[in-house]
Amino acid sequence: MNLSSLATGRSSVMILSVVIVATLFALPFFAPRTVIQDLFGVLTLLVLAMNWNMLAGFAGLVSVGQQAFVGIGAYAIFAAVILWGLDPLVGILIGGLVAALFAVPMAFFTFRLNGAYFAIGTWVVADIARLAAGQWKALGGGTGTSLPKGTTKDMFGVDAIKHLLDVSTAAATDALTYWIALVLALVLFVASYLFLRSRIGLGLQAIRDNANAARSVGVDPVRIKAAIFILSGLGIGLCGALMFLQITRVTPDAAFSVIDWTAFVIFVVVIGGIGTLPGPIVGVAVFYCLQRLMADYGTVYLIILGLLGIGIMLFARRGLWGTFVDRTGLDLLPLRHMAPTRSGPSALPPLPATQTLA
Amino acid sequence: MITLDTIMQGILLGGLYALFAAGLSLVFGIMRLVNLAHGDLIVLAAYLILVIASVLGLHPFLAVLVAAPVMFAVGWLLQTHVLNRVLGDDLLPPLLVTFGLSVVIQNALLEGFSANSQKLAAGTVETQSLQIGSLMVGVMPLLTLATAAIVIFALNRLFYTTALGRAFRATSDDAVTARLMGIRPNRIFAIATGLALVVASIAAVYLGMRANFDPSIGPARLLYAFEAVIIGGLGSLWGTLAGGIVIGLAQTMGAAVNPEWQILTGHIAFVLVLLIRPRGLFPRAND
Repeated sequence: MNLSSLATGRSSVMILSVVIVATLFALPFFAPRTVIQDLFGVLTLLVLAMNWNMLAGFAGLVSVGQQAFVGIGAYAIFAAVILWGLDPLVGILIGGLVAALFAVPMAFFTFRLNGAYFAIGTWVVADIARLAAGQWKALGGGTGTSLPKGTTKDMFGVDAIKHLLDVSTAAATDALTYWIALVLALVLFVASYLFLRSRIGLGLQAIRDNANAARSVGVDPVRIKAAIFILSGLGIGLCGALMFLQITRVTPDAAFSVIDWTAFVIFVVVIGGIGTLPGPIVGVAVFYCLQRLMADYGTVYLIILGLLGIGIMLFARRGLWGTFVDRTGLDLLPLRHMAPTRSGPSALPPLPATQTLA
Repeated sequence: MITLDTIMQGILLGGLYALFAAGLSLVFGIMRLVNLAHGDLIVLAAYLILVIASVLGLHPFLAVLVAAPVMFAVGWLLQTHVLNRVLGDDLLPPLLVTFGLSVVIQNALLEGFSANSQKLAAGTVETQSLQIGSLMVGVMPLLTLATAAIVIFALNRLFYTTALGRAFRATSDDAVTARLMGIRPNRIFAIATGLALVVASIAAVYLGMRANFDPSIGPARLLYAFEAVIIGGLGSLWGTLAGGIVIGLAQTMGAAVNPEWQILTGHIAFVLVLLIRPRGLFPRAND
């Protein structure tokens, strides 16, 4: 492949992404409120998808229990606002932290289970969390509870945005949650890229490709995987708190829904390309279009998503993005490092004797 | 209060969970495949029995005789055309395919039969009970446990005394060498999944006669089945029965204290067993 054309390709992609990101940030200034709300949904789904992709696609941890973190984040923010009277923005942070804390014992338990059994083990733990949330009488038990009216209105920053954009309070709230979701998604994306390009990230992919070989060169799989698991708890917890701040009502079944917070997310990642960084973005885009096209069909839509996921696993395991990269060789965000260039032995400069000793 | 009666109920409920779990255990033992759609396939079988029973006017116990071969064919086709393609060292594809299948089955049932709950009418046997000592025990739960024991006994006989069982064990131990001996692993796997769905049909008939069912209950059955398999120890069928009874006991005892705690105590028992004995009560295989 021609390196210089790849470089131009990459710099134009770079410019394009800066333009897109800038537009996304500026959107609340001119776009109608429904667009902002829609994009909020897309961005939060993207955050969930990127987290699950890190777990399953890179760390080899196929979890079916990520709804635990969404639910815990949601319940934590409701507790922070309703029971402790804190600002919702602080509540979001608490949601993330509590979810990350919960990930520690969850990892301790589920990491005893191998591969497929890990998947159902995480599911069981999430179900325990759901049932336990249903026993929390102060937050409505099994029937759940709502945020008091006006909670989001008094949120830090809403007034400033209201004046800045010259819109209603509700629209200002939407803009604020949208910006938070956008920042969360961007930070997660950049952090994932830097992490995967780093030494530890390389170790992680080495584990996925061959655990024994990775271990033999000194990579500690359990520690890295546990770190990813806990960090994903943080990311998903933040996202869950944010989503339910927007929904303003929480019930155990909605907050810990395996379909909404795990099944959709899995399909998004599988369709987009599992184990590729842009995969979740592509998947979310496809998912959003499908949803627009078929929202009226309800169950049929889910059947089609399921069949699509199965079809991709059977015929194009690396999803849309992975297949695109394989076909065209255009990897815009390569996670691989170039092999050290090696010329023939004759081309090597003669080594000074001292250097060979050192 | 936890009484002798509660304990008896728990053991009998364990029979049902062992039936849920036997198919899962069988498939895992032979091809290391965890079928996330197992619970939904049981529910699918329950609907199939419902349709057969109402169309042909049969008792559920007779309808299951018609449904079982159909489910065997479903399992055979599923394994041959879908699951065999994704078996391998990578665990991700089979997991995601069976997860997708679970969502597809659930929603297809929802589309076909609506979310209304259904029940298999078993007639008078539903309400009959026997006096054992000072306890009154329902005939139906007793029958469930007895069936679970018979199914597991039969599967064990099949495994350890027949040519097919030898092929199962050989493929499970080393598929490559088994192939050299003239066994075709893909066919063995197809038979195994077919058999697992026959067992699922038997589980389904008891599920449907015992209580109401609707398209959404599959995943919860999968979790109970899975817990039973893990508690019993991977690869041990009698262990699966014991595991089912542990879950059944934990759930009934929890429910006796507070009805809302039934499922929760079952899950907690599972977590505790696994913390104390990470490989289950009767581990056989080293995986």
